[in-house]
Amino acid sequence: MGEVRGGASTAESPRPAGPRLVAIIGPPNSGKSTLFNHLTGLRQKVANFPGVTVEHRVGKAHVVGHHDVELVDLPGVYSMNPRSEDERVSHDVLRGRMEGLARPDAILLVLDSTNLNRHLSLAAPILSLGLPTLILLNMADDLRARGGKVNVELLAAQLGAPVALISAAKGQGLDAVRRFLTGGIGVPRPIELPVLLDVPACRQWARRMASDANYANPAPPVWTQRLDGLFLHPVGGPVVFTLVVLLVFQSIFAGARPLMDGIEYLVAATGSQLGSWLGEGWLRSLIVDGIWSGVGAVVIFLPQILLLFFFVAILEDSGYLARAAMIADRTMARVGLQGKSFIPLLSAYACAVPAIMATRTIESKRDRIATILIAPFMTCSARLPVYTLIIAAFIPEQPFFGPLFGSRAAALLGLYLLGFLAAFVTAKILKSSILESELTPFVLEMPPYRMPTFRSVGLRLLDRAMAFLKRAGTVILGVSIVLWILASIPQVNGKAPAIEQSLAGTLGRAIEPIIKPLGFNWKIGIGLVTSLAAREVIVGTLGTIYGMEGEASSAGLQKALHSDLTFGGAVALLVFFAFAMQCMSTLAVVRRETGGWKWPAIQFTYMSGLAYVCAFLTNQLLS
Amino acid sequence: MQLSVKNEADKAGLLALADLQEDSVGVVDQIDLPEELAGRLMELGFVPGHSVSVGRAAPGGDPRVFRVDGSEIALRRETSSCIYVRPAYEV
Repeated sequence: MGEVRGGASTAESPRPAGPRLVAIIGPPNSGKSTLFNHLTGLRQKVANFPGVTVEHRVGKAHVVGHHDVELVDLPGVYSMNPRSEDERVSHDVLRGRMEGLARPDAILLVLDSTNLNRHLSLAAPILSLGLPTLILLNMADDLRARGGKVNVELLAAQLGAPVALISAAKGQGLDAVRRFLTGGIGVPRPIELPVLLDVPACRQWARRMASDANYANPAPPVWTQRLDGLFLHPVGGPVVFTLVVLLVFQSIFAGARPLMDGIEYLVAATGSQLGSWLGEGWLRSLIVDGIWSGVGAVVIFLPQILLLFFFVAILEDSGYLARAAMIADRTMARVGLQGKSFIPLLSAYACAVPAIMATRTIESKRDRIATILIAPFMTCSARLPVYTLIIAAFIPEQPFFGPLFGSRAAALLGLYLLGFLAAFVTAKILKSSILESELTPFVLEMPPYRMPTFRSVGLRLLDRAMAFLKRAGTVILGVSIVLWILASIPQVNGKAPAIEQSLAGTLGRAIEPIIKPLGFNWKIGIGLVTSLAAREVIVGTLGTIYGMEGEASSAGLQKALHSDLTFGGAVALLVFFAFAMQCMSTLAVVRRETGGWKWPAIQFTYMSGLAYVCAFLTNQLLS
Repeated sequence: MQLSVKNEADKAGLLALADLQEDSVGVVDQIDLPEELAGRLMELGFVPGHSVSVGRAAPGGDPRVFRVDGSEIALRRETSSCIYVRPAYEV
């Protein structure tokens, strides 16, 4: 072992122009995405879990008095021997083999300074690429606090490349990064590197580099051990988990209420104000009854969705998710999957689209497809408006499990469990038939617990709020307008027809025979058709239909629903939404990730069939 | 790749990592697993000659966390029973 690997032949040649495209790379959980956020300000998911950055993201870093530098945030890698799809992406980008992305002309290598003995082994393959590289030892504040130290100058001299201690979460030490981005740093000086495929040799090399730089290991993180003592406790762990889940559900219902009432009031007030400005006529009908009732009915649910994302963000950023995966591993093994599948499934509670992309960390192809197929059963945030509306309309609020946990929260929790159950049964069926394979090993790094930063959680909430409002402003707005038109023709004596007589009503009544056994009438039918685009569209659609009938606002919507749904039909509708595949974005991402229409077609047919049969049975049982 | 896979006769004095008590320490000697998985484990710190200490298990006893080189890695029993260590008393 021990061969001489150099970079390019010229060392230390200054690059006055500075790099244009810089790649950020490092082992999972070293804080790459946090650094990327800090430099670009661009919204980007950060989770305290190895391998969450499944797609490379590009952003622009603004450096004062200099042209913008493009940054690409790569998935975390342990080595340059790609074993998972994530690692392949990083590998391909750095070698200039990624389609649609030029080869980066400089590298920011981010390592966890509290774990240098291991993380430094990635420096060998990265330095051998011969690109200008700045090595960042992240979490310097943590290293200091736990009594560790390292001599940066010595390390830089040994590695032949500049080294800086930073804290990306606190924004400390980033001047060195900005200097690097403005140029003036040459390619690494050739040094003696180990044989890159020889893992033990690379590790020994890393240890030697660390100890020669007077690296002192920090003390083990006290808080991580204390928290694990609680969260992994045979009794305390499950108890804490249950309490957290109950708290989340109750706060989604009760905690979001004041804000939702506020938005509801605003929507109603602006609607009637607009109405009085516009005066009688078709324009007022379009804007107030069509758009305002439709879009407004959905926007009201923004606080609930943000609250849900807030909890998911805390769970991910704090490092609890990796423990949850570990606890879930045995259960997952029972259906033929492993703990790693649990993480995409948990994030599918927010949205199935990023969850399906996050399955790229699963090495086994069959496990990955099984996880993709069951992910849309997890209750995503788009179902929340539908669930909340129906539950609030049909289930009276009363204390259920002590005063802190009411019957409505219990009903909501029940629906979440229903989705979970469907996912598990489906996984079991898939893994014992078409996707049968040997149980894949479970190897997962447990990151230390970290306090989620305000910036990271805030950026994600902002991102989700914008995405939600954008959908309200595009898909739901579009559907509301089309629906208004369909509900306004054919004109009778120059006036809009009664909604049953309109084109929308005719279409709804045409499908009524199919959905009647489920307890749904033609109005719900119109909602089911529009919700094929996205689940929450049904709320906007019902808002528009009732708006045109003269009922508006969500309280009015709840009352109006009583004339169209029996209790059995309402529960059947909830069951239908729990199972049905009503999301174009999910189908599109499944097609992309599985490379064809086969799996999305199977998924759509299976989920819709299951939804229909179960809604039918529910309605028959309860009527 | 150097896997140091030896035959059964060479396992005298070795213990499977899975059989070590919580909080005890061993030195990795050999990994009897497919090359792909063994390589990943070595990247994570299970390198022959390096010490590993046994951490907490999930409720139910499996998987379990192992500490190597300052990081914590969770493994199932089926995996940790194929990693052979020489028992040690100090890190």
